[in-house]
Amino acid sequence: MTEILRADTLRKSYDGFLAVDGVSFSVREGELKALIGPNGAGKSTCFNMLTGQLKPSSGEVFLRGARITGKRPREIWRLGVGRTFQITGTYASMSVAENVQMALISHHRRLFGFGARAWKLYRAEALDLLRSVALDDQADRPCSVLAYGDLKRLELAIALSHRPRLLLMDEPTAGMAPSARIDMMQLVADVVRDQGLSVLFTEHDMDVVFAHAHHIMVLNRGKLIADGNAEAVRNDPRVQEVYLGGGTLFKEARDA
Amino acid sequence: MAFLFALFLTGLANAAALFLVASGLSLIFGVTRIVNFAHGSFYMLGAFIGVTLMELLPGAVGFWGAILLTGLAVGLIGALVEIVVLRRIYRAPELFQLVATFGVILVIQDLALMIWGAEDRLGPRAPGLRGVWRIFGEPVPKFDIVLIAITPVILLALWYLITRTRLGILVRAATQDREMVGALGVNQAWLFTGVFALGSALAGWGGALQLPKGGANLLMDFNIIGAVFVVVVIGGMGSLPGAFIAAVLISVLNAFGVAFLPESTLVLMFVVMAAVLILRPYGLLGREETAGEHGQVGAPETPIRPYGPRGVALTVALLVLLAALPAFAEPFLLTLVVDITVFALFAASLHFILGTGGMVSFGHAAFFGGGAYAAALLVYHSETPMELAFLCAPLAAGVLALGIGWFCIRLSGVYFAMLTLAFSQLVWSLAFQWRSVTRGDDGLINIWPADWLNAPMPYYYLTLALGVGGILTLRHIIHAPFGYALRAGRDSPRQAEAMGINVGRVQLVAFALAGAMAGLAGGLFVFSKGSVFPTELEITKSFDALIVVFLGGVKTLAGGVVGASFMTSVEHWLTRLEYWRLVLGLVIIAVVILMPEGIVGTLKRLAGRLRPSTEEAPR
Repeated sequence: MTEILRADTLRKSYDGFLAVDGVSFSVREGELKALIGPNGAGKSTCFNMLTGQLKPSSGEVFLRGARITGKRPREIWRLGVGRTFQITGTYASMSVAENVQMALISHHRRLFGFGARAWKLYRAEALDLLRSVALDDQADRPCSVLAYGDLKRLELAIALSHRPRLLLMDEPTAGMAPSARIDMMQLVADVVRDQGLSVLFTEHDMDVVFAHAHHIMVLNRGKLIADGNAEAVRNDPRVQEVYLGGGTLFKEARDA
Repeated sequence: MAFLFALFLTGLANAAALFLVASGLSLIFGVTRIVNFAHGSFYMLGAFIGVTLMELLPGAVGFWGAILLTGLAVGLIGALVEIVVLRRIYRAPELFQLVATFGVILVIQDLALMIWGAEDRLGPRAPGLRGVWRIFGEPVPKFDIVLIAITPVILLALWYLITRTRLGILVRAATQDREMVGALGVNQAWLFTGVFALGSALAGWGGALQLPKGGANLLMDFNIIGAVFVVVVIGGMGSLPGAFIAAVLISVLNAFGVAFLPESTLVLMFVVMAAVLILRPYGLLGREETAGEHGQVGAPETPIRPYGPRGVALTVALLVLLAALPAFAEPFLLTLVVDITVFALFAASLHFILGTGGMVSFGHAAFFGGGAYAAALLVYHSETPMELAFLCAPLAAGVLALGIGWFCIRLSGVYFAMLTLAFSQLVWSLAFQWRSVTRGDDGLINIWPADWLNAPMPYYYLTLALGVGGILTLRHIIHAPFGYALRAGRDSPRQAEAMGINVGRVQLVAFALAGAMAGLAGGLFVFSKGSVFPTELEITKSFDALIVVFLGGVKTLAGGVVGASFMTSVEHWLTRLEYWRLVLGLVIIAVVILMPEGIVGTLKRLAGRLRPSTEEAPR
């Protein structure tokens, strides 16, 4: 399998504090890869450098071999990279369907359209996307009244709307009930299989991670300490030290 | 050299009052998030109360005692305003409170007129400090030296209060996260009242302390509010040392400006502010505002929809009525409708960027007046045909908005508001001081429409067609992809950028479009009145538009139009009264308290309560 994303010795320092310290890895086509690590390990910082929310202090990011370091989030999105956030950012003043339609309007480059009625554009496509995350029955509800788990699924539908080849999901199941977490990740795994896209995600729930991820990377204090399949990572002594050292078994005390 | 030093000292002395007023505004904003337009009014009250007390109390003890008492009195008045008015509307949409403070301005103006009369009061000289000291041979008033000595003491006292006392800890905590402070068991209501009283007292002290230099008059409130905003913004919202540095900077610059470049004085501070904000977007010592930090207050957002059949029918009926109006109405009513339409278009253009785009502009008059002046200048200087000149009004305003917007859209929130204010002041001072071109405050007169339009009825129809057309165009765009993109950038800039939307570009285009529409309103205005004066570019004009947008309801599409109609009509009837500002101010405050979601928003909610579930507006 060919590689779609490669990070090369990414580094981010804040006033001398190295949040991410020389991280290199790659994501291959069709792969579902997890990035795990304790709180403050630098997962979100790492993510934000990949999708342009943060500029790396040094290091490079390549998408299908082309350098994308320092590009803006919207430019990286146009290159076929989807993104969901740890704290959802949907448009509160729009309906569920309109949130997806907004992404479709942007994808079809009709943002500067002054004539059409926006809610009529790409509605069928939007409903299809919502159906794929089982939200179509709530399509016309105001986004502001959705339950948190539904918001997470809406975000997934939005992220899939421009048919990305790579999806980066920052804690896709944070704040969801345990059963909903499994469902959510099953949904993501299905999408990966059906559409052949690659997913990189961070996650705190080890059940979710080990049940679904093809490969797992472990980040600790800004450094990558493991990168391999579930078995290899589980048996890695350094990973065990990070996770078992505190006496917890692959289950973290919750994050903030 | 000695002269320059003396100028420097004058500037330092002038900084005292400015710093006091600005620190009060900064404190109030930091804790309550209220942009207190009425802060200048407390300053004015301080001056008038100070004069009165100084007349009553004799001698040096009386003088300084009067100043002290003045601050306490104004602080009490501030507390009263907070308890009676503001406390009821903290849960209203953001910035809604500034409408109430605008009402307070009007009330205080007329109350001051009733109590102290229209004449300016000269402040008494400070006992024992009447003469001058010679410094390097230059005379420097003794009182100036005392002021220069007092200001750092005040800064230190405030700094001590904020960093070393329990009240200060609460204030700082509330500035960072007031909900958390509430959750920790602090009685927010009284904290807010206390801070508002303290801020008002500081303004009152500022007003009293400048008496020996300036006296008291009824224009003080608006005259200082611009400078105070500038100081707070240059220093950084919420930063006392920042406010101090900025007050000194502005006052010293102003002193030099008066001496060397008198025609620059009106605009100098706004140029400085624009420069500072472009280089340091959050002021000299300010920190980045984290948007949405306090979460959503008030009712959750609901998706917007065009009118259903009933709404369309009502709109059509209203338009038919307006179109038929000349057949039976008296001329004054036509004039009133023209005024309302012009103002409604102006307000709708502000509502477009404010409500849909989340860009709160404090300087929208620049485009209204800019359009009016563009057309008037063409007619006045080159006898351009009216039709052509009229076309240039929206064009010129749109280009102006494109230029100003290019600088402003990098900022957000209050800083965006202030930079727009700065630019509009620039435009205003151009019109006011470039006399050879604009004739200054004599204005441009004899700007009449072309012959075929130069009668009440044709012009009425022109205004109606273009005004209503403009408003409907804006409404249409709100429902178009562009309007959605604009709203996306308002709701969640991060998400919008992460789905390929160039939020900055969308906002810039929207800003220019709103500017062009305001310019169209300005064009209609100038040919309906036959003249234009710099007042059309003043801060008050921008505030008027802002007030009616909030009054009508930010979150409802009709808000600007309804607010403008309401305001113009009410003003039209009230201005016959002697104390119409008082009544208007009370009306505004009443509307604000009774209808915290704006007129349209509240009516909608009431209507929704009357007939539940039917009207989720069919498409």
